[in-house]
Amino acid sequence: MSDAPRKLVGLVLLLVALALPFVLTDFWLQTGLFVMATAIGAVGLTLLVGVAGQLSLGHAAFAAIGAYVYAFTTGESTTTVEGLGLPPLLGLVLAALVAAGVGAAFSPIAGRLRGIYLGLATLGLVFVVRHLLVNLDQWTGGFVGRSVEPFAVPGFSFSNRDPDYLAVAGVEFEGLHRLWYLFVLLAVVAIWLASNMRNGRTGRAWANVRDSETAAAAMGVGVAGAKRSAFVVSSAYAGVAGAMLALAYGRVAPDVFSLTASVDYLVMIVLGGLGSVAGAAVGAVFVTSLPLVLAQYSSALPFLAAPGSGGLDPSTASRIVYGLAIIAVLVFLRGGLAGGARRLRERFTGSTPVPPVDRPVAEEPSRSKETTR
Amino acid sequence: MSYFLEQVLNGLSYGLVLSLIAAGFAIVFTSTGVLNFAHGSVVLLGAYLVAVLHDTIGFWPAVLVGLAGAAVVGVAINALLVRNLADPNPGTAAILMLGVDIVLLTELTRRIGNQVLTLGAPWGASVVRLGDVTLPTGRVLAAGVTVVAFGALWYLFSRTDLGVGMRAAAADGPTASLMGIRLSRTAATGWALAGILAAVAGIFLTSFPAPGVAPTVALSAFAAIPAWVLGGFDSVPGAVVGGLLIGLTSALVTGYEAELEPFLGSGFGEVAPYVVMIVVLLVRPSGLLGSKEAVRV
Repeated sequence: MSDAPRKLVGLVLLLVALALPFVLTDFWLQTGLFVMATAIGAVGLTLLVGVAGQLSLGHAAFAAIGAYVYAFTTGESTTTVEGLGLPPLLGLVLAALVAAGVGAAFSPIAGRLRGIYLGLATLGLVFVVRHLLVNLDQWTGGFVGRSVEPFAVPGFSFSNRDPDYLAVAGVEFEGLHRLWYLFVLLAVVAIWLASNMRNGRTGRAWANVRDSETAAAAMGVGVAGAKRSAFVVSSAYAGVAGAMLALAYGRVAPDVFSLTASVDYLVMIVLGGLGSVAGAAVGAVFVTSLPLVLAQYSSALPFLAAPGSGGLDPSTASRIVYGLAIIAVLVFLRGGLAGGARRLRERFTGSTPVPPVDRPVAEEPSRSKETTR
Repeated sequence: MSYFLEQVLNGLSYGLVLSLIAAGFAIVFTSTGVLNFAHGSVVLLGAYLVAVLHDTIGFWPAVLVGLAGAAVVGVAINALLVRNLADPNPGTAAILMLGVDIVLLTELTRRIGNQVLTLGAPWGASVVRLGDVTLPTGRVLAAGVTVVAFGALWYLFSRTDLGVGMRAAAADGPTASLMGIRLSRTAATGWALAGILAAVAGIFLTSFPAPGVAPTVALSAFAAIPAWVLGGFDSVPGAVVGGLLIGLTSALVTGYEAELEPFLGSGFGEVAPYVVMIVVLLVRPSGLLGSKEAVRV
């Protein structure tokens, strides 16, 4: 497919996203904020897992770092928690930078391990970061977490105050509406950067390392450096996603960034199709909104019971649904939703495009390759 | 001194249970190249089956059902899902297992609910006294059973055709296949073995001193991942070493938590295995006893 239709689809989606706050209720706006935040995290992870072929189970740890760095740097000191009281914009930048920095600090490991081995090492990160969050309570607020300052630029706050009343075309723009536009901007920038990175020199180097480290090294790609840069970029994405989640919740707590959250990010990118930026975004829409929507409408759905009553409650139902969805996609739909969409397009246009960059995680160049089946 | 000795013995017996789980990871990995993230759920499944069945059919028959159930689930996962992956490689297989884990664990959690099911183990809450050291009988029994299990594994892998075939298949699948070894059979055996080991571990993880079968058991099986990684990904003896190391570390860190808390914070016992794992990976990327890959460019 040439670039023009793809751009057109993107433009239409963007216009729809810009128009939505005029019609959506608060519940859907809130859901949309969570979706956009997790979509950015998923896009970062798909660069690492899908393009560079490095499995990571530590994505939530980097999101946690971003969220807490934002909360700490922008928050005011109170009797229980300290804060630096910096401007929110600086806080957001620091969230990305610190997450990237931690990613870089972890990269001696990331650069030496490949594929699933890295996945196991990053598994440890989730537990270590959680331990720190609970124990450094003068900065993080411990188990209960801490509240998060709303985002603001001088003269304008992305909350219900300052200006107290703001209306566009007769619709009052409250904090949720204002945050929506901020998040759309961040999402567009993040997705645009990610697509460029994936299709450019950097992404080709990553994909080369994924397909064969030996071949990549022979072609002059610095293998350890490429792995490190993929890890750092994906950490920065997670940091921004974490800060956005903190803004959307208005609070941060360790439980938001559990191992489950890491797995959820993986689910998003697998459903969407590993390595596909658009697929990651679509996966985020599905995984993030499903439990929220099921919970919101559980009373209207006959097969769902109220939480705690022993029946099938909304969060259980959604977990089973996406557990089954992963299995189904991996067994039946090669390349996830993005792969399915591509094959559908090829069938209609009859074209056979060049082999795409977004192939799934690399084969392990060890003997386990042959014994997988 | 006796407190220290008690912690060490507790740690070693807990470590042996972990090494059962870690060996399951290693066997599945070598026989099919799959990182089995659903292993924790299989551990829970084995214990769950024993807990719900022991009232009606008695403890020992329930144990048999638990072991068989865990083995059958493992074999079925491999035959129905792993072998049918649209794009078979270790990465997608690992993610597939995450999916299987979500489904299994969510369903078991829903069935167990907020209750803690008792296992009905005949050794109950009794303890064994050796001098001034007191140990739960379950732990002593666990250590004994584990040693026997590893003895059996050693016999299988070094003295039987099936075990030697499995090692050949792990070393070089296509060549082993040309030599007449059926890879589907060695793979199924690997998954069944891992399931049985997981169920045994599950039974000991949920009997005294643990309160009973609760969904958190699946998470404590995650602590076996550091043990497996420490030992080297493809080594059963490595799994034993790793399990013992992790068991000792967490027992000592938990046992001396009060003394360690000022520097390490509370609850460090849960994190210690992962810290040890990260440190070891930094120094030896292929674990303590794992086989190294040499690549030159």
